[in-house]
Amino acid sequence: MEMLEDPETGKKQREGRRYLSRAANIDKAGPPPNLPGSGACHESPEKEGGASPKHQWKREWAGSRLGIGGGACPAGPMRTLGAERLLGTGGRRMADVVLFEFLHTEMVAELWAQDPDPGPGGQKVSLSVLEGMGFRVGQALGERLPRETLAFREELDVLKFLCKDVWAAVFQKQMDSLRTNHQGTYVLQDNSFPLLIRMASGLQYLEEAPKFLAFTCGLLRGTLSTLGIKSLVTASVAALPACKFQVVIQRS
Amino acid sequence: MSRQANRGTESKKMSSELFTLTYGALVTQLCKDYENDEDVNKQLDKMGYNIGVRLIEDFLARSNVGRCHDFRETADVIAKVAFKMYLGITPSITNWSPAGDEFSLILENNPLVDFVELPDNHSSLIYSNLLCGVLRGALEMVQMAVEAKFVQDTLKGDGVTEIRMRFIRRIEDNLPAGEE
Repeated sequence: MEMLEDPETGKKQREGRRYLSRAANIDKAGPPPNLPGSGACHESPEKEGGASPKHQWKREWAGSRLGIGGGACPAGPMRTLGAERLLGTGGRRMADVVLFEFLHTEMVAELWAQDPDPGPGGQKVSLSVLEGMGFRVGQALGERLPRETLAFREELDVLKFLCKDVWAAVFQKQMDSLRTNHQGTYVLQDNSFPLLIRMASGLQYLEEAPKFLAFTCGLLRGTLSTLGIKSLVTASVAALPACKFQVVIQRS
Repeated sequence: MSRQANRGTESKKMSSELFTLTYGALVTQLCKDYENDEDVNKQLDKMGYNIGVRLIEDFLARSNVGRCHDFRETADVIAKVAFKMYLGITPSITNWSPAGDEFSLILENNPLVDFVELPDNHSSLIYSNLLCGVLRGALEMVQMAVEAKFVQDTLKGDGVTEIRMRFIRRIEDNLPAGEE
């Protein structure tokens, strides 16, 4: 896959900013944001660019199939850490990925079953509970990053780090593409999202897909939060197992 | 890409940290949702059971172990193959009952409790109870009714974590009504 050069010349807002702030205490996490009314879930066809004005959508990333940390890495300030160094996995105990997948499926089933209100209001509560759990885990993951990963020069580098290193550490693959409008909105696309693969392919179970994405949305939001970025993360599925995560940076 | 996610005998590994962190978030959420520790314990056991009945299929597909002839073989497989495969640890097997129907799994390190501390108001919470449910569910699918429970827990100040496994009975296949 070709790598596009990142022709950033001046990112006025983020120049020189260092993402060093960390959530010191997981319990200080604020409540998860309300997910948008439409949920941005299982919308099809998905509009690229959403509500933003017509800005040039730039494809910043075409995921490398050459393996974790290898191959197509853009010239630029991004550090390639490799999944082994993320979470300090070198020499640590390894677990089988199915465990996480089964646990996640069971969590979705459990939190869904609990809700007595099956209407749209009830649905949103369950989604935000799952999202909140993902947020806590994402924060904790972020806190375990090696120190040098925190010195990102630009916001875009943080997103690339998510797509490459964090995704590889969590899902053993890289994100397939990253697009941005350079106005603080990023769309991360995974063409075969591991938590959806076992379910179906195509349009079957499209209705169920959002439940299986909520935790991961929170995970992304939590990791970004530890890296000093406040965001809103939603996901949408047009056809399983491909999905898109939309990250909108919240400027304070 | 095949929907079956066929991986053959190869398994993908990740740091157990993600599993540990996710499990922690789950237990925290359950403690919020349920009023008392007993209910949380039951819920963890039930969720573990649901995971176990599916995990056994994954295990049998990938481990190539044959049918176990007795409970001792079962114990060996659980400790040396299954725990190793899924959690990267190998518990030791001790304290066999004279009848050979009970044994203990001793976990020096329980990956689920990395970085975990039990707060004082949850003294009867069995934090890792999911594991008991998994064992029970998995073994039920291979025709064994067992009881699994924690008798020692490092979270509660014990030196090791000990799961006591007790064989209850063999589950006979039930023929559908009308068939003989």
